[in-house]
Amino acid sequence: MNIVVCVKQTVDTAATISVEQGTVSWGDTPLVLNPWDEFAVEEGLRLREAHGGKVTALTVGPESATEALRSALAMGADAAVRVDDSSLEGADSLVVSAVLAAALEKMGDVDLALFGREAVDSNSGVLQAQVARRLGWASLPLVAAITAIDGDGRAIEVERMLGEGRQRVKATLPAALSVVKEINEPRYASFMGIRKASRVDVPVWTSAELSMDQVDPGVSWLAPEAAADVEVACEFIDVDDVGEAAHALVQRLREEKVL
Amino acid sequence: MDFKLSSEHEMVRKMVADFAAKEVAPTIAEWDRKQEMAPDILPKMAEQGLLGICVPVKYGGQGMDYISLGIASEELEYVDTSLRVVLSVHTGLCCLTLLQWGTDEQKKEFLPPIASGELIGGGAFSEPNAGSDFAAIRMTARRDGDDFILNGEKMWISLSTKADMAIVTTRSQLDKEKEHEGLTTFLVDLHSKGVTTGDIHGKLGVRAGSTGWIAMQDVRVPARNMIGEEGEGFKITMSAFDNGRYTVAAGATGLVHASLDASVAYAKERETFGRPIMAHQLVQAKIAKMHLDYEIARLLYLKAGWMKNEGLRNTLETSRAKQFATYASYEAATEAVQIHGGYGFSDEYPVERFLRNSKGAVIYEGSNEIQTLIQAGYALGSRRDKPLRCELPAYDEETWLAEA
Amino acid sequence: MMMKVLVYIDHHAGAITPATWEALGAGRKLSQDLQIPMEALVLGNNTASLASAVAEKSGVHVHAAEDASLEHFRADVYASAAAPLAEGTEVVLLPDNGRTREFAAMLAVDLNVGLIPDVVALDVRDGNLQAARAIYSGKVRSTVLGTGRKPIILTLRSRVFAPDAEQTGPGEIESVAVASVPSGVEVLGFEESRGGANLADAAVIVAGGRGVVNNPALDPPPSITDQDAIDAWRAEQGFAELQTLADAIGAALGATRAVVDAGFIPYAHQIGQTGKVVSPDLYIAFGISGAIQHLAGIRSARTVVAVNKDPDAPIFRSARFGLVTDMHEVIPALTKAFLEAS
Repeated sequence: MNIVVCVKQTVDTAATISVEQGTVSWGDTPLVLNPWDEFAVEEGLRLREAHGGKVTALTVGPESATEALRSALAMGADAAVRVDDSSLEGADSLVVSAVLAAALEKMGDVDLALFGREAVDSNSGVLQAQVARRLGWASLPLVAAITAIDGDGRAIEVERMLGEGRQRVKATLPAALSVVKEINEPRYASFMGIRKASRVDVPVWTSAELSMDQVDPGVSWLAPEAAADVEVACEFIDVDDVGEAAHALVQRLREEKVL
Repeated sequence: MDFKLSSEHEMVRKMVADFAAKEVAPTIAEWDRKQEMAPDILPKMAEQGLLGICVPVKYGGQGMDYISLGIASEELEYVDTSLRVVLSVHTGLCCLTLLQWGTDEQKKEFLPPIASGELIGGGAFSEPNAGSDFAAIRMTARRDGDDFILNGEKMWISLSTKADMAIVTTRSQLDKEKEHEGLTTFLVDLHSKGVTTGDIHGKLGVRAGSTGWIAMQDVRVPARNMIGEEGEGFKITMSAFDNGRYTVAAGATGLVHASLDASVAYAKERETFGRPIMAHQLVQAKIAKMHLDYEIARLLYLKAGWMKNEGLRNTLETSRAKQFATYASYEAATEAVQIHGGYGFSDEYPVERFLRNSKGAVIYEGSNEIQTLIQAGYALGSRRDKPLRCELPAYDEETWLAEA
Repeated sequence: MMMKVLVYIDHHAGAITPATWEALGAGRKLSQDLQIPMEALVLGNNTASLASAVAEKSGVHVHAAEDASLEHFRADVYASAAAPLAEGTEVVLLPDNGRTREFAAMLAVDLNVGLIPDVVALDVRDGNLQAARAIYSGKVRSTVLGTGRKPIILTLRSRVFAPDAEQTGPGEIESVAVASVPSGVEVLGFEESRGGANLADAAVIVAGGRGVVNNPALDPPPSITDQDAIDAWRAEQGFAELQTLADAIGAALGATRAVVDAGFIPYAHQIGQTGKVVSPDLYIAFGISGAIQHLAGIRSARTVVAVNKDPDAPIFRSARFGLVTDMHEVIPALTKAFLEAS
């Protein structure tokens, strides 16, 4: 099976985030492989272990994003590719999905593209579906389990995690999936993987090398702001009559849309 | 001079930190309270390859360098000292002694099962009446045909009840004039008839670890298990300490770091006199000292690790690193408790565990007083390193990664 | 194509999802600010009742597409059906969830337009739409604009926007033909979620502290005389009460370190510094004083309700709603009130 895991280098969720002069800052905490992507890499590795094949990590990003690829290699991915994003100023998911789709096409003969459910910095969770749409592949977001996969029969069966419950779905290959954390427990890097990862020369492609039509962003952004710290003022509910107090609380919770 | 850690070392650091944070941190306070070592620690460390981290691949190890051993020690002790103690005795005292002093046959036969973690290794040197005064040990080894018969007791032995094999130094020649002569080192199978072990409870610290005693009564050890030559035991033991001590230095560095991080987090949250305590200068002073000491301790152990990589004798550097880092961790932990105020006194927060753990390292693996004497010897020129018959091999990537 | 705000009517198991009414509410305000009409889009099989409900309650023009291929929601098929209807509109709004986000993503690709998912606020400045999003896992606020191509597609976070007020309807319902489109995806089945989520994933958590043990109104059976056993018995009763409330509202049960240490409830329920860190939408704390170590575990809770006899308990400083009363008096009343409300 030829598996590609699309990964992103993001901020560490343990870092202290602040917004200074319209720029988001995380101090000198090193960037990491997007935590959700670790589940995707792990799933790719498990599929390779069960069915044979190759796992390649792919990212669109600057030079520093190579470290995210190295993390995937240290876990056991066989290869990695970085598409340099220096010419992609102001790119939104419309643009990035086009770049990823073109990169997947350039790789050729890919059976499965795996994504984490979202990036912890942009929190959008739309790339997987957009890449699938562009390639005409089956789209399977929010996968909690891959229950069957048949490379020759070109079919895959999964369980998806939706708000209301779990949906069982069958789809054709090639497919693009995003995964949720229920799907597995990502392994740690191994020493062998670490050694390999630090030595590999990661190939870099430019978007000019990819054959794709010009795609212009559909959205733009204003300068970010720190999220307002909500000052919590406690609203005390009168408890003279316990029954009434209970109803009053439930009512207020509904009004505040907590329930 | 490049002071940056390589990307490989950074990845090792991250992997060990993640491993310790996920596998051990959530339940460590519980096990510390129980005064027991969690049964899954050794198997998990073995599976992750930590136990043979710097042993060549052809001897069952992971082929990483000595700096990686230091980094792993640091990140393990960041979570709890008991984890680092495993590396100190299994990897530092046992594996590296075999690597340094073992014959080719011995390395081929004895190292792989230990480096891979299939068997757990330890080091048994101290006795009830001989700690700093190591030369005064009384465990004997009497030749009997192709074997030696061992009799005596070892005390304060980490993993004594968990280890399968141990490097043990004994007195095999009773007729020597000087006490430190006539000592001989063996690799002993602790499952042999006549070996009994037991855990020591009621320790001040490292309670989630396993420390105990080993008693030997007419234990038969084949002569082919003798490490080095008869009478070399003292030198072998001292060089074993250079390796164990190095991991203690690196580990204590992690403990300073843990105290620092805990203090910073608490100082940002806790408010007194209307503001977070980090705004008070006396608290700032304590944190600044921890911050500085962490950096100094790091630089000292990394230099010692680099010297090991280069095949340079590093007794002085390791002594400095161990002494500085362990004193620094004791102080950092004390101040961390202080910063936490009353809460620091309860096990609601980890800082009291850091303090109790830190005191041990000031005592063991060569007390800090001994370290002072070692360093004075070098400073005054009365102590000079003579080349050893077997030196710790310099790290060579090709050799360490070769399959055969 | 006329400029309009088009709202997608999200439905599951034959019912319109509550968040859809919020999307209509947001859409109506938008249509007023932009001075263009609002219309609705229903896709599915047998959509007649859905379309009528929307038309009657919201009074808007409803485009209703029915086809066997639309029986089960599949984003690729729905996007193909929606594209011609969304083309040329000004704004497309969808309530945000796993289904609709995928659908919106594909629609954006088909129309080559901008997509703004999980929007938490909408504004119109100088005739231009501005949408606010939470990024960096909620720590930063980002304002997003379209680059000019229309429509701009937005999914709206649930429980943020006010639902549409009832209008005098009904609006017109227009049937739309939809070409059957092949899909790579086949739905095999569905399993509804069971309640009682674990603490880490729970949307609602009911937690008990030392106050759980002190129910003076309860008398232990005469056979229990030892004080420790009496405390244990009282705690058992107290947590059973909380469990009933938790079951009534589909909440998970949590506890403070004090009661776990005392052995009244297993460690798995412990919330706080040395227990679990949770991020529910609603956290109801019963008999919990609110020590820093416990608060550390609930910092990410969206709304905290505190019930405590002591009006000076620190927990009230972190709570949105407070009841200063004996928890034991109010738990049965709350259980009843929640059950009636659901």
